[in-house]
Amino acid sequence: MQELNTYRGGPDERGHFDAYGGRYVAETLMPLVLEVERAYAQAKDDPAFQEELAYYLKHYVGRPSPLYFTERLTERFGGARIYFKRDELNHTGAHKINNCVGQILIARRMGKTRIIAETGAGQHGVATATVAALFNLPCTVYMGCKDIERQAPNVFRMKLLGAEVVPVASGSKTLKDALNEALRDWVANVEDTFYIIGTVAGPHPYPAMVRDFQSVIGNEVREQIMALEGRLPDTLVACIGGGSNAMGLFYPFLDDRQIRMIAVEAAGLGLETGKHAASLAGGRPGVLHGNRTYLLQDDDGQILEAHSISAGLDYPGIGPEHAWLHDVERVEYVSATDQEALEAFQFCSRLEGIIPALEPAHALAHVAKIAGELPPDHLLVMNMCGRGDKDIYTVASEVGVEL
Amino acid sequence: MRASQAVPLSAAQEGRIARRFARLKTADRGGFVPFITAGDPDGDTSLALLKGLTGAGADLIELGMPFSDPMADGPIIQASSQRALKAGARMRRTLAMVEAFRADDGETPLILMGYYNPIFSYGVGAFVADARAAGVDGLIVVDLPPEEDEELRPVAREAGLDFVRMATPTTDDKRIARVLDGASGFIYYVSITGITGTRSAAIAAVTEAVERLRRHTDLPIAVGFGIKTPEQAAAVVSAADAVVVGSSLVEKIFAGLDDSGAARAGLVEAVLGFAGSLAEGVHGARRGARAP
Repeated sequence: MQELNTYRGGPDERGHFDAYGGRYVAETLMPLVLEVERAYAQAKDDPAFQEELAYYLKHYVGRPSPLYFTERLTERFGGARIYFKRDELNHTGAHKINNCVGQILIARRMGKTRIIAETGAGQHGVATATVAALFNLPCTVYMGCKDIERQAPNVFRMKLLGAEVVPVASGSKTLKDALNEALRDWVANVEDTFYIIGTVAGPHPYPAMVRDFQSVIGNEVREQIMALEGRLPDTLVACIGGGSNAMGLFYPFLDDRQIRMIAVEAAGLGLETGKHAASLAGGRPGVLHGNRTYLLQDDDGQILEAHSISAGLDYPGIGPEHAWLHDVERVEYVSATDQEALEAFQFCSRLEGIIPALEPAHALAHVAKIAGELPPDHLLVMNMCGRGDKDIYTVASEVGVEL
Repeated sequence: MRASQAVPLSAAQEGRIARRFARLKTADRGGFVPFITAGDPDGDTSLALLKGLTGAGADLIELGMPFSDPMADGPIIQASSQRALKAGARMRRTLAMVEAFRADDGETPLILMGYYNPIFSYGVGAFVADARAAGVDGLIVVDLPPEEDEELRPVAREAGLDFVRMATPTTDDKRIARVLDGASGFIYYVSITGITGTRSAAIAAVTEAVERLRRHTDLPIAVGFGIKTPEQAAAVVSAADAVVVGSSLVEKIFAGLDDSGAARAGLVEAVLGFAGSLAEGVHGARRGARAP
C-alpha cells in the first residue's frame, strides 16, 4: 500500500474520496446540492459562523463532553487503560446533536424555512427535532415503521418537540427506506426545505460536512488526553453504522500514524448468517442515497435489508470516507454481534453505572475482546456516543423481562 | 476518465430514436411514450404488455429497470418495482425481455430507465454491450447527473446507445448548458419538482419551460412526471415533441391484480386499452405552440 502524505485531504472538489462519495442524485436536487456545498464552504471560513456554532455547542449541547477513565472496566479486562469519550452526556443523549446544530445554522444562512430528516434509532430525529424547536422551524422526520415500533420513547420525544413523525412502510421499513422517503420529500420541496442528514453519507457535501461537525469529538479528545496523560492515545474505538461518530473521533487523528483506529460494524446474528449490517465485511461497492460506497446488495445490485439489534446501525451502507479508509487500510473494520453487544450493554451498566446505547455497546464488545491483551500503559479511547435509555425496552425483551 | 466528444452520426447511422422523432416531425404530430416496469407484475404479463404497446399507439417505449430503492419514484412506481423483483425480475431478464420484443418490432425505439446501481453491479461495459445487442436504443439513469455520468455515458455513446439527460424546473439557465453538453436522443423534461405520479404541473408552466429549452437545443423534448390523462397528454404535446406517461398506466396494472398479486384475466387488454386512449389523445392534439 502506497503511503499517503495525508489522510485528511478528502474529498476532492467533486466530492470523491478516491472511488467513493460523489453526488448521485436526480437532476432536480443537483442545483440544491451545489447550493448547500457553496453555503457550507462559505460558512466554514466565516469566523462569525464558527463562533455561533461554538456558542451553541458549549451552552446548549453542553460541550466539551468529559473524557472519563473507566477504572472498573480497566481493572476487569486487566490490560489497556480504557477511556470513554462521554458523548452520551450531550443534550439529547448522543453525538447526533453536534451535527444538527451545525446543519441548522447552515439552513438558516441559506434562508430555508423547513427542516426534514431521516432517523433510525430516533437519536438523529430527536436531535433534529430539538434544534428545529430551538430555532422555531417546522420539522418533519421520516422513520421506518419497524423502527417506530422498537423506538417508541424517541418517537414520543420527537412529537413533544413539535416534529411531525412520518412512518415509512416501504421496503424494509427501516433507516434506508426512511432515507429514500426523506429524499423524495426534498425533491418535492426544494425551494424552502433543508435536509439535515444524520450521518457521514449522502451526496457531497454531506459526508464532509457531517464529519467536520462531528470532529469536535476527536478535537476534544486530543486536548483532554494530553491534559490527563500527557500524550496521545494508542487506540481509538468506535461503533459504525453510517459512521458519523467514528469519523468524528478518528478524523483529527488520521495523520497520527502511530494511532490504531478500529471501527466496529454490527454483525447482527453473525456475519455467516447473512443477517447483519456489516457493509464492509459483507458488502461491495455500489451507489445508493447519493454516494458510492460499500453496500449490502445481491448479485443483481438490489439493496439488501440490514439486520441489527441496534436500530442506529441497521443500515446497508456506510459513509464513503470509511469505504476509502477501509481500502487504504488506515482504519481497521471489525464487527460485533447482537449478543456481544447485549452483554456489553449489561456489564457496562453494572461496572461503570453507565447504561450505554446499543450502538456503542458494539464498540465496547470489541474493547472487551482486545483490552486484556494490551499492556497496562496502552491508552484506549472508546466513543460512548449515546446513552441507552432508548434501548431498555429492546434489551428487556431480549433478556426476557416484561416492562 | 475524460468525456469522449459526442460524434454526430450520419443519417445512415442514426438510430431508431432519431428516425422516430424525424418521422413524427414530418407527420407534425406528438409522440406518445408509455412507461412500464420490466417484469411487473410477472415476466410473461410484462412481455405481453411490452409487445402490445406499439399496437396501442406507442411511438417510443420506456422500460423501467426494477430497483429496490427507487428514490425519485412515487408509491405507484415503487410498488411496481417491488412486484417485479418479487416475481424474480433481474437485469438479465429485463434484457431478455427487450430481445423478445425486438424479435417482432425492429422500429419502435426502446429506452431503458432506472437507477445506476443495478447497471454498476452488472458491469458498465457488459451492460452496454448486452443492452445494445438486445436492441436497446437509449438509457435514462435517474441518479446519474452530468457530474457523475462520465463512467457510463461515453461508453454507452460509443456503443451507439443514446444517453438521455433530464432537465427539471430547478435546472436554471446557468446549468442548462451542462445538462445539454453530451446529451443525445432527446431531452427528458421533468415537469414538476417532485417524484413520479404525484402532482401535475400547470400546462402553461410546461409550455414555457419547453420553449426555454428549445432556445438552447435542437434535440427533441419529451415531457414526463405527473401526466396522467389523455387530455393532459394532449395538452403537453402542443408544446413538446413527446409525452411520457408512467404512473397512471402502471396503476392500471395494479388494478388488474387479484388479492394475491397475480394478474387477472383481461389485465393486458385493460392496460393496453388505456394506453390506446392516451395515444389517441396525443395523436389528435393540435401542435399549436410548437416552434417550426
